[in-house]
Amino acid sequence: MDRAATAEKIADLIGPFNKKGIEVTDATTFAGDLEWDSLTVMDFVAAIEDEFDIIISMNQQAEIENYGQLIDAVTKLQG
Amino acid sequence: MTDLFSKFDPLIEQRRALLAGGVEDPFNLVMERVISPTVAVCNGRETILLGTYNYMGMTFDPDVIAAGKQALDDYGSGTTGSRVLNGTYAGHKACEQALKDFYGMDHAMVFSTGYQANLGIISTMAGKGDYIILDIDSHASIWDGCKMGDAEVVPFKHNDIVAMEKRLKRVPEGAGKLVILEGVYSMLGDIAPLKEMIRVAKDHGAMVLVDEAHSMGFIGPNGRGVAEDQGCLDDVDFVIGTFSKSVGTVGGFCVSNHPKFEILRLVCRPYVFTASLPPSVMHTATTSIRKLMHGADKRAHLWANSRTLHQGLRDKGFSLGTPEAQSAIIAVIMPDLERGAAMWEALLHEGLYVNLARPPATPAGMTLLRCSLCAEHTADQVQTIIGMFERAGKAVGII
Repeated sequence: MDRAATAEKIADLIGPFNKKGIEVTDATTFAGDLEWDSLTVMDFVAAIEDEFDIIISMNQQAEIENYGQLIDAVTKLQG
Repeated sequence: MTDLFSKFDPLIEQRRALLAGGVEDPFNLVMERVISPTVAVCNGRETILLGTYNYMGMTFDPDVIAAGKQALDDYGSGTTGSRVLNGTYAGHKACEQALKDFYGMDHAMVFSTGYQANLGIISTMAGKGDYIILDIDSHASIWDGCKMGDAEVVPFKHNDIVAMEKRLKRVPEGAGKLVILEGVYSMLGDIAPLKEMIRVAKDHGAMVLVDEAHSMGFIGPNGRGVAEDQGCLDDVDFVIGTFSKSVGTVGGFCVSNHPKFEILRLVCRPYVFTASLPPSVMHTATTSIRKLMHGADKRAHLWANSRTLHQGLRDKGFSLGTPEAQSAIIAVIMPDLERGAAMWEALLHEGLYVNLARPPATPAGMTLLRCSLCAEHTADQVQTIIGMFERAGKAVGII
């Protein structure tokens, strides 16, 4: 799946987690802009992992701070 | 100059605001005198201890005390050395033998603390390219062990067998896999469905490590823990435990049947690069472990205490961490940190000590008053405790 198609799917997945309805761009950060706590991060990561059938390990998550980096990582992880 | 301490400012401010309200500092209590495993003097007041992890009440056992005193006379106050140099005494070997006998396993390795046991075993065993699949509610020592090693770390939702299996399936072909579980999760006092989880882990070719810190001596027919209780201890590759709970002293260990286990003594840095435990600690631990093998009556009384307290608090209208008593930990859920701290203080004034637990130690941002029962609590004490909770709960407006 290319980056555009991946981004489209992730945009669908993030809806239920974006409770404050913040406009999400590639530069949006999860901890800062979306104010997610660790449990929300875990549930969101699990939703993405299940959708794309991949693992995003904690080690990889540490490198992902914003939305754009997440799309890049998921695109890459699909191989 | 950037003050490296500025990152702690939010916490400093939270503490200041809490203490400005006049509440006693819940993280600065001093036990001035300890009268028994269940009673101490705090702030000049005789206080029932309900937050100590002293599950089997071994800290004042006459045989345990005598063994420690004798070891001080015979071996001195400390080893001043690493286990792999001058720090292995007869007492360390005797303690490891007691653990092998207690668990019916081939190998035992004693660490200076339970924290170091997890830190050392996990970081050494799971290396670059390996995968650690672990419960999200794992203890800090497990997380720190993961962080110190080079393995890929993959958490799954607490006690969720399906979530664990999905992640196991996605691990790349040929990679080493370590599944880490706990018997009792210490924040809510709930147990894991180990039998099913371990079966799934084994089906996917993973090795399994189970931390039984909060179940040793108490859960299972021989007090070996939740895995023994569920009939799956033989499938556990590594059991991690501690001497600072039921055993009643300090130290940690790993027991295993793995044929190459002993090599860990040379490659596990938190084992090698620290001083070994003092001989007195080894002799108190050994005596305590051997006595715990024959603790069936105490185990039964502790279960009765736990169930009575759980039922009593539920009847008074408190919200608890588990639907029924699953371990010797009963977690009372507080509406927020402010009222949790107020309730903690009200209980202390009643003459009862419990643990105040708050994020990040707790799951889902909860504030908890954690009660841990002791086999030496009398049935009368448990009733007294329920009365104290009722009065404090009404005073603070929680029930």
